[in-house]
Amino acid sequence: MSTEILMPALSPTMEEGKLAKWLVKEGDVIKSGTLLAEIETDKATMEFEAVDEGIIGQILIAEGTEGVKVNSPIATLLAEGEKAGGAPKKAAPAAELPKGEDHKDVADSGTAASGPKIEVGNDPSIPEGTEMVMTTVRDALRDAMAEEMRRDEMVFLMGEEVAEYQGAYKVSQGLLQEFGDRRVIDTPITEHGFAGLAVGAAFDGLRPVVEFMTWNFAMQAMDQIINSAAKTRYMSGGQMASPIVFRGPNGAASRVGAQHSQDYSSWYAHVPGMKVIAPYFAADAKGLLKAAIRDANPVIFLENEMLYGKSFPVPKLDDFVLPIGKARVVREGKDVTLVSYSISVGFCLEAAEKLAGMGIDAEVIDLRTLRPLDTDTVIESVKKTNRVVTVEQAWPVCSIGAHVAAVVALEAFDYLDAPPTRVNGKDVPMPYAANLEKLALPTVDDVIVAVKSVTYKA
Amino acid sequence: MSSNAKSPASPPRNSESLKKLYSDMLMIRRFEERAGQLYGMGLIGGFCHLYIGQEAVVVGMQAHVGPNDQSITAYRDHGHMLAAGLDPNAVMAELTGRSTGLSRGKGGSMHMFSSEKKFYGGHGIVGAQVPLGTGLAFANKYRGNDGVCLTYFGDGASNQGQVYEAFNMAELWKLPVVYIIENNQYAMGTSVARSSALTDFSKRGVSFNIPGIQVDGMDVEAVMEAGGEAIAHCRAGKGPIILEMKTYRYRGHSMSDPAKYRTKEELSEVREKRDPIENFGRKLLDGGVLTEQEMKVIDSEIKARVVASAEFATQSPEPGVAELYTDIYA
Repeated sequence: MSTEILMPALSPTMEEGKLAKWLVKEGDVIKSGTLLAEIETDKATMEFEAVDEGIIGQILIAEGTEGVKVNSPIATLLAEGEKAGGAPKKAAPAAELPKGEDHKDVADSGTAASGPKIEVGNDPSIPEGTEMVMTTVRDALRDAMAEEMRRDEMVFLMGEEVAEYQGAYKVSQGLLQEFGDRRVIDTPITEHGFAGLAVGAAFDGLRPVVEFMTWNFAMQAMDQIINSAAKTRYMSGGQMASPIVFRGPNGAASRVGAQHSQDYSSWYAHVPGMKVIAPYFAADAKGLLKAAIRDANPVIFLENEMLYGKSFPVPKLDDFVLPIGKARVVREGKDVTLVSYSISVGFCLEAAEKLAGMGIDAEVIDLRTLRPLDTDTVIESVKKTNRVVTVEQAWPVCSIGAHVAAVVALEAFDYLDAPPTRVNGKDVPMPYAANLEKLALPTVDDVIVAVKSVTYKA
Repeated sequence: MSSNAKSPASPPRNSESLKKLYSDMLMIRRFEERAGQLYGMGLIGGFCHLYIGQEAVVVGMQAHVGPNDQSITAYRDHGHMLAAGLDPNAVMAELTGRSTGLSRGKGGSMHMFSSEKKFYGGHGIVGAQVPLGTGLAFANKYRGNDGVCLTYFGDGASNQGQVYEAFNMAELWKLPVVYIIENNQYAMGTSVARSSALTDFSKRGVSFNIPGIQVDGMDVEAVMEAGGEAIAHCRAGKGPIILEMKTYRYRGHSMSDPAKYRTKEELSEVREKRDPIENFGRKLLDGGVLTEQEMKVIDSEIKARVVASAEFATQSPEPGVAELYTDIYA
């Protein structure tokens, strides 16, 4: 009886991949451990080996096929003695494959077919008529670093696996090849040590970009980030400082459990002397990372692994630098203000679209920078909508949303028609089980419920 | 930016340089005694860690510092600032939290810096200065200059994990850093014997292949000798090196420490037999480098200088209230 060989998931966040090359052909006898195929994810090309023995019956997906969904059949495996079927194999393009769940990311036009279409408000910092190029967040970050490294020889990148491995999440792809190992530096697994070392180098005027493989590991380095990087300008009466960027993926990835799924936004935003950036769109990732590298202060740059592979339009400009500390209204509306940052901006846009269908016109603000926080943009919007809902993946206690709610209550109290309301991740360590993890994270529906409550339409 | 100037070889040993070593050590001693007095009067607040007894270490080491070299230490930093050539008025005024202090009163005893002297603090968290100093050395290598970073820390800091993270990278990347372990025998109140599995700190780099030398840190000439070797090692591109300075602190860990963890006899024996200033002074007298009369002149000049710094530090105004919000961001 023939069995199916399925497209494997090769990382926690992989949903689909490219079947780059078959290493076996129909009729080949295979055993456990035989290399079957090369699979390309957005992070790496990996070899995929057989678990069961048998004979390759039919190859269902031709090599070179992109967008092959995880768990879809790619070949059949025959038991010994069975005859290989002669049915023609189909070269299945991505579009023909059965659709998985709807893409959460509504602005992902890399696969334009999925998700509702959202009009994203124009960014005033991009000149009219500028050509826009669809770019992943991952490439936007890499391009930002490469451009700044070309511009200033004092800029260098260090971290675990940033050089020869090309980045654990492939954000630093190609940088070693362009800039060499003097400026793209693989460190030992020693966060406390290399964070301190980089701060020391910054004291001397170098411009380090430190990649934490994820921000979860930066807790090892917390003392150097807070006590050494953020406070030295003050303690030295302005004599010295650390122009440094700490960057990496923040927040929940997928199914990686409590110690690898935490949002540090409010931890760092708490600290005077620090700047904190948490973008959603690829253009913001690029323009703000370039600004962060040029900034004379220590900057915490919070990325999100789930966004690395998402594509957004990025302006084709020689030197696209955005101002730090400016929020952006990404969708205009008059009934309620949704305040968000990072991956939750996508949920807000999706919720806003659904709310529009219910006759509620939501305005969506992407904070982009968490410190200094652009409260003016929030207050201005609340004065218009009279209602505010903050949306973030972080825990609720002492979160960015808590701070925004406090500011709104203080500065726009007379304009409010409902209490400032917050949507957060649940107040629990991140569970591993798929159903519980889903419950722990805020959803589009949570946003809709909160909006209905402040608009008294619940 | 660092200059491209080449650092000189070890300073010459002549009667002038020997006299300077003596007077630099005495300056630190008298300054610290006065600081202790001001603390007792309530004019210096918070924590105040005095360097009395350890003067030979920093004076012997800083004598080698060239134009591209940096220094960094922990919170017992007054002596280091003075040895780096900073104005005693500005150091004392930082202790009293005045606008004329090195950090304009915003750093205090534990947080003093000088960009001019390439002195990078003044750090309050035990051991944190070790990766920082290693990073300063990294900057020298990155820029391709001949600078060496003198990174000071104590026997207590030597048990912090980040020290070994820094050691590993320093040797891996051959960074020009001299790790100066000031072993004053006590990590606050815990003796080396009670806190360290391996009490020979010069061997703390063995598993990283970092050479180490044990030095009599109460003998300024021995310190100079070892310091010269260590800096030459770094300048030659051979990577980091450890100097364990066997020294002793006469006072408590900080002003509020009664130091009951050691006997009076232990302390008085060190003071009588190993005092770095007494012994070196006697040697200079015996060798005819200094006369009794010259010594008295040096002593009274230093005393006057220290009294003036205390006067300056107590008469200077506190920082303006606007200073609360300056120097947070560029």
